[in-house]
Amino acid sequence: MDIRHDEGLKEPVSNGIWPEESLARVPYWVYQDEANYKREMERLFEAATWNFVCLEADIPNKGDYRTNHVGIMPVIAVRAADGSINCFENRCSHRGALIAFDDGGNVGNQFRCVYHSWSYDLSGNLRGIAFERGINGVGGMPKDFCRDDFSPRKLRTTTLAGLVFATLSPDTPPIEEYIGAEVLGRLKRVLNRPIRVMGRFVQPLPNNWKLYVENVKDTYHASILHTFLTTFRISRLTQGGGVLVSADGGSHSSYTIAVPEGANANAYKEQQIRSDQDGKFELADPSVLDSVEEFGDHIQLQILSVFPGFILQQIHNCLAVRHVVPRGVGKMDLVWTYFGFADDTPEMNRRRLKQQNLVGPAGFISMEDGCIGGFVQRGTAAAADEVSVIEMGGSTTESQATRATEASVRGFWKAYRRYMGY
Amino acid sequence: MDIARLVELNAAYARVIDTEQFEEWPKLFHDPCLYKLTTAENVERGLEGGLIYADTRGMLEDRVSSLRKVNIYERQRYRHIVGLPVVLGQQNGTAEVETPFLIVRIMREGDMDVFATGCYRDKVKPDASGALRFSERIVICDGRRFDTLVAIPF
Repeated sequence: MDIRHDEGLKEPVSNGIWPEESLARVPYWVYQDEANYKREMERLFEAATWNFVCLEADIPNKGDYRTNHVGIMPVIAVRAADGSINCFENRCSHRGALIAFDDGGNVGNQFRCVYHSWSYDLSGNLRGIAFERGINGVGGMPKDFCRDDFSPRKLRTTTLAGLVFATLSPDTPPIEEYIGAEVLGRLKRVLNRPIRVMGRFVQPLPNNWKLYVENVKDTYHASILHTFLTTFRISRLTQGGGVLVSADGGSHSSYTIAVPEGANANAYKEQQIRSDQDGKFELADPSVLDSVEEFGDHIQLQILSVFPGFILQQIHNCLAVRHVVPRGVGKMDLVWTYFGFADDTPEMNRRRLKQQNLVGPAGFISMEDGCIGGFVQRGTAAAADEVSVIEMGGSTTESQATRATEASVRGFWKAYRRYMGY
Repeated sequence: MDIARLVELNAAYARVIDTEQFEEWPKLFHDPCLYKLTTAENVERGLEGGLIYADTRGMLEDRVSSLRKVNIYERQRYRHIVGLPVVLGQQNGTAEVETPFLIVRIMREGDMDVFATGCYRDKVKPDASGALRFSERIVICDGRRFDTLVAIPF
């Protein structure tokens, strides 16, 4: 009997042919195509990209580990005896079971697969095989079996300001170079001393992972979709600010500066933008917005991304790391880690707790981002070969001193197409 | 503390949310108060952060006006199934109470999915008129996954 393995597998809608040679047009099949999704795993996540795996603060001591995903690949990040951090595929080289099946913990000197008790050292080397020599000389593994040839795939790790990134490729440039000097400066601006985790939440989203990453990079939408930002002047396009885009397009940092809007103060009214609710909506308890200047540069909002799926957020004193994890072509997890600094005063801690209302799945500001990707996913269901228009601020990707631009979204597609070979 | 009165308070709480009388919701709290939405995992690890964190009735009112006037989300409502309260302790007229809950979210298109389960960990005491009100309600969800968005409080 013929067994067909390809039943139900849709033919790829496209082999990466862009309908128009422009960064300002993106075809909708990129969010829908199963074959493209598989290709992304190979060409992006498992290629020369740096993927966020954990915080250094998650694994301070020898044997501390944390599990995560690089694309769809399960990985383990673990602190070794010499203080370095190793990362390897979370897959036993015997039968493929997860080596570690919790979020994290401490394993002492070795990981041991529960299935047949094969063990691994803290570098991911296969060290022990249960009953390797059999029982009473009978059974066991062949004498010429070489353990060194059978270890899970190892990733290269790097740390940056308390963040741990990993890559499967030997060719990925150093992280500083990968992020680019400008955006790197903005990352270090926030992560300038030891942090402490304040809470973790996961937000499953009904959309392709790229729709969320684009949303993060989309400086144009933020103060239009998110009424809360506009009404309380947390971020308006008419305030000072801009967007920095790395040369390769992959990293970005947008920012809003706490200065008066001057002559542009009435622009939202003139454009009749729904999010301008000034005067119609007032907080009964404005303490949620009681913020202090923390970084000494008047930047009250900064959203930063590192290709493909890492995001660092500073909204006033509300700090978080967000990690985008693909979960199938039309699904993803957004993993939120709220943090403060180890030296926070009780007042600062309370301020952060209150401001955390602004973000996350229930965030006054970020709530809409939970559903908007799904609206695009559903809206484009029958439009695989149609394109989106991403032309605000032109069709290039350079840094701009305005956020009424889609330069950093185009930057994402510039990097994406390079990795994918499109 | 009389269990029947706690059951009544919880029933009123569930009803104002499920029937979308959100403006009534803050009135079930003292002022100041503490309302926090978090997970069992965060509580176990001593992580204080919450998805929602309100320490005054005004902050609860702001949640309501924001979900009414500001935030954008697809039409949805909840059905709370609230279990029986257990009184864990009493001190100076305040009862510490724990009550399990299950919330089904009903979406515009008709899907009815279990959105959250968990327990309410409360501090309850009477107000000046003798009505029981929450001085603290910590919503401890069993899981950590919150699908799409949380517009309406738990």
